[in-house]
Amino acid sequence: MTGDMIDLDDTDRAFLRALAQDATLSAGALGRRFGLSQPAAWRRVRRMEEAGVLAGRRVVVDRAALGFGVTVFLGIKLATRGRVSLEDFERAVTAIPEVQVVQHVLGLFDYRLRVVARDIADFERVLRRRIMTLPGVGNVEANVLLTEERRPGPLGAAETVVKA
Amino acid sequence: MLDDTDRRILRHLLAEPGVPSAELASRAGVTPATCWRRLERMTEAGVIRGQQAVIDWRKLGYAVEVSLRFTLDKTDPRAFDDFLDAARGVPEVLGIETFLGRVDARLNVIARDMAHWQDIYRRKILTLPHIAEIEALMLVSTIRETEGLPV
Repeated sequence: MTGDMIDLDDTDRAFLRALAQDATLSAGALGRRFGLSQPAAWRRVRRMEEAGVLAGRRVVVDRAALGFGVTVFLGIKLATRGRVSLEDFERAVTAIPEVQVVQHVLGLFDYRLRVVARDIADFERVLRRRIMTLPGVGNVEANVLLTEERRPGPLGAAETVVKA
Repeated sequence: MLDDTDRRILRHLLAEPGVPSAELASRAGVTPATCWRRLERMTEAGVIRGQQAVIDWRKLGYAVEVSLRFTLDKTDPRAFDDFLDAARGVPEVLGIETFLGRVDARLNVIARDMAHWQDIYRRKILTLPHIAEIEALMLVSTIRETEGLPV
């Protein structure tokens, strides 16, 4: 797995940890925090953006405050493998506005979905009208999300990154 | 609470989080000043909790991503707390979720390759406390990932 990978130093990793907490930090703010000039900080951010390591942003919202009190993860097993195309399933499932995440996986299920709903009754409506009617759906397992927490990942200063 | 303008701004922001503020305002059909004020207010109210950079771990050499689903031995009242505390100590764990359902907890774990995965799995995952059962789903591809809400 070498090739188009970039080599990060401790300062780059510190930048990534800071931006993963707050993506709105400016190059000036990052520079002040880690003892670099604004242009030097900007060049580091730019390099990681160009390498694709910094791959955009996510906006974190209080889903409950917006009226979406329920998040459910679904494991989906397709019923007639080979006869239903994965493309048909994927096209149909990504058209459902309540579906935030669609992942193709190997294991007990074929797909993992993250679904938001206003409440359990609303989730039941989405499940019955939208999910169960998807082309090729077989087994569906639902788990209601109670808590979630994002971790910084292997960005510790001691962590060595594979060199290109 | 939120009015239609707030919801419109939020819908466009969630659909494309990196969008420049002037462009966001024009998409939502408001002036940049209004847009900024509304975003400030929603942030103060805690509706918008923050913006986080998305890191592409594959670009850092982590080619393997696995969703591990755990059933815990709940005869011990400290099972959840002990398990979650220990999982927080594994650097390769990117996300920790708990559930109501057949699965108690899920860890999102990355590794550089299968040999690295096997090492993490044996030394850091199987040694987590109070595990009754583990299932692994290996990520093939992410078709869609958004924080978008039908607001």
